[in-house]
Amino acid sequence: MKVDVEGTLKRIESYKGVIGTIVVNAEGIPIRSTLDNSTTVQYAGLLRHLAAMARSSVRDIDPQNDLTVLRIHSKKYEIMVAPENNYLLIVIQNPCE
Amino acid sequence: MPVSNSNATTHTMKVPGTKPTKGPKKKKDEEEAVDPADGVDECPQGNGPEDQPELTEDELNEEITRILTANNPHAPQNIARYSFKERSYKPISVVDQMAVLFVLESSLLHEDSDEARRLRVKQGLLKENAAIDIGAESEEDRTETLATPVEDGGDVEEAGEEDRPDSSASKADKKEPKLTNQFNFSERASQTLNNPQMERICQTEPPPRNNFSATANQWEIYDAYFQELQKQEKNKEKQKGTQAKKDNDKSKKKVVLTETQTDDLSKVSDASKIFERMVNQNTLDDIAQDFKYFEDASDEFRDQEGTLLPLWKFQFDKSRRLTVTALCWNNKYQDLFAVGMGSYDFRRQGQGMLLFYSMKNSAYPEYIYPTTSGVQCLDIHQQHSHLVAVGFYDGCVAVYSLKQEGQEPVYKSTAKTGKHTDPVWQVCWQNDDMDNNHNFYSVSSDSRVVCWTLVKNELIFTDTIRLSVNGALSNGPEGGHLPSITAAGGTSFDFHNQIDYLFLVGTEKGKIHKCSKTYSSRFLETYDAHTMAVDAVKWNPFHPKVFISCSFDWTVKIWDHTINTPMFTFDLNAAVGDVAWSPYSSTVFAAVTTDGKVHVFDLSINKYEAICQQSVVAKKKTKLTHIEFNPIYPIIIVGDDRGCVTSLKLSPNLRKKPKSKKGQELPKGPEAEVAKMEKLLSLLREPEQSAV
Repeated sequence: MKVDVEGTLKRIESYKGVIGTIVVNAEGIPIRSTLDNSTTVQYAGLLRHLAAMARSSVRDIDPQNDLTVLRIHSKKYEIMVAPENNYLLIVIQNPCE
Repeated sequence: MPVSNSNATTHTMKVPGTKPTKGPKKKKDEEEAVDPADGVDECPQGNGPEDQPELTEDELNEEITRILTANNPHAPQNIARYSFKERSYKPISVVDQMAVLFVLESSLLHEDSDEARRLRVKQGLLKENAAIDIGAESEEDRTETLATPVEDGGDVEEAGEEDRPDSSASKADKKEPKLTNQFNFSERASQTLNNPQMERICQTEPPPRNNFSATANQWEIYDAYFQELQKQEKNKEKQKGTQAKKDNDKSKKKVVLTETQTDDLSKVSDASKIFERMVNQNTLDDIAQDFKYFEDASDEFRDQEGTLLPLWKFQFDKSRRLTVTALCWNNKYQDLFAVGMGSYDFRRQGQGMLLFYSMKNSAYPEYIYPTTSGVQCLDIHQQHSHLVAVGFYDGCVAVYSLKQEGQEPVYKSTAKTGKHTDPVWQVCWQNDDMDNNHNFYSVSSDSRVVCWTLVKNELIFTDTIRLSVNGALSNGPEGGHLPSITAAGGTSFDFHNQIDYLFLVGTEKGKIHKCSKTYSSRFLETYDAHTMAVDAVKWNPFHPKVFISCSFDWTVKIWDHTINTPMFTFDLNAAVGDVAWSPYSSTVFAAVTTDGKVHVFDLSINKYEAICQQSVVAKKKTKLTHIEFNPIYPIIIVGDDRGCVTSLKLSPNLRKKPKSKKGQELPKGPEAEVAKMEKLLSLLREPEQSAV
């Protein structure tokens, strides 16, 4: 089932409380972002390592398992990171608004 | 002239100061006797050097005797030493006459000396054996060497005496390694010139270096093995088919082309889908929590009534003007349901839609299929839940497959292939026929019940039955028998769960016919159910004899198919759009009316009234059109005429299971439900029988 990724991402951005979305490619370069450049680069760099470490932990315990989503719920907002095909999709949402 | 021979000590010399007559004369060692007279006579005086003393003839003729003595002529003869005893100088009586003429340092040891013995001990037993021999030999040698000094008589040889036994011993010692000591061993070494060293280096350009780091984790090893396995499987497949190789080449080329695309967003398609759901879950967190965990505690205080808790609302922009005409839950994925959009108003007929929603994402449908004509009904196959049969307003039926991409149905009936001439009101999947083809039935107002079979790529139809007012239509005109012209259109039907061939059809006139698939010419039974068109007919999921029907004439009726009259009749004060049995209890059902209310009945609790009557829509003009129970969750979905589907949670009172008496086990399974219904019916039957 072909998913219209562009449409989906636009919808996500329009939902309540969503601060921004970032798509990072296999080399760690953000290819699509709704945040400003410096924030984007910061998020991309930091979350890339964290997601890789989380994935490594999950797979170390059971190699047939794999990480689907990493959710970091902090005081101010929630960061959701999903690795897929060596790409990285990051969404930052403030669910309380 | 006296010839002075200072070297030989045996010759007596005329040296001023020494008088040969005073020293002891040793005549033993007389070696030479020189005739003085002969030597003197031959040298006349006067031919010598100038300082030669002149002697008289008498002095010249004087005979001088020469004596050979062993005295050292150089040894002092008048050494006087101070004697402390006598307190005077006294001449020494004996003077050493030893004259050392020759000394030679050698590295030989006397074999009996201490040092030689020590060396021997160091060198071991061999020495001892050799020493015995040497000792024997040296004794022989000594007797020989003792004789030799007598013959030679040279002072030079005297010193060599000691050497002889040693040298003989050393000759014998050649069998053993030479004993070396620090005193008589000297090394004679020579060193060649060392040439100055020069370095000559040749260096090639170093190969390019690259840093490589990797981790060896459990999962990396697993991945490597997995890839290896896949490669092996591919190789096996290639080996099997030679034609396949050509295809592979072609496909490889295609694969190469797509790989060159960079930074494609589609690579995160799955993740983006999950994220949409997550974001919605975050926003609508309360609803999700309610759905999962909330149980209305106030039900305990409400007697036996229950409530419906509104959960998600499913709306789609493009379908706002359409009416929900059909709802169906997916069997396999119980959070997925299908919504058919169309219009019941025959004046407003336009395009329709087929939407699939998941409860996980209420903001946007999972699948969207726009249709040319309004959807009137739909059904999802029980086993193959990707197949959806749809009936349209224009009389067509179509089958969509969710697995295929694209927005066109997989099969579609056309005018040639026997489509209905009137809107299709209900479709229903059946079990696969004997050829393992999928098939489904449809009913329409053109009074045909048609069976459609999916054979390869086609839809093949078979007319099952024709509905008519008087009875079944006979094939050929018979004399005296009025051919039924007025045929009644079917508006709903339902197939029995257990008895495969049995089904019910509701008509526009308000009648319900019990029919058989195999018996197409006649109805098995006809019930005068309602005064208006029968909106819905549904068999009870547990009890094999009971079915329910509803109509726009404001009534809902429950029947036993063996009895011509309804068991229960309920008047709901408004046109009833749809009715549905609950999947968890044989006595619970729900109905929706056009005044926006949902009525839930439980016959085991209250036979006359609904235990819940609730208005679920905001605007009062909204009409509810359809209702469906979720197979496993306590959820109902209600569709309305504004294109909105509302989901509601049933409160505990509405889901009551029969109470068990203390000590008794809870009866489980459908038998209990059947028994429950049977009990109810029996109560009704008895008064009837008694009345009759």
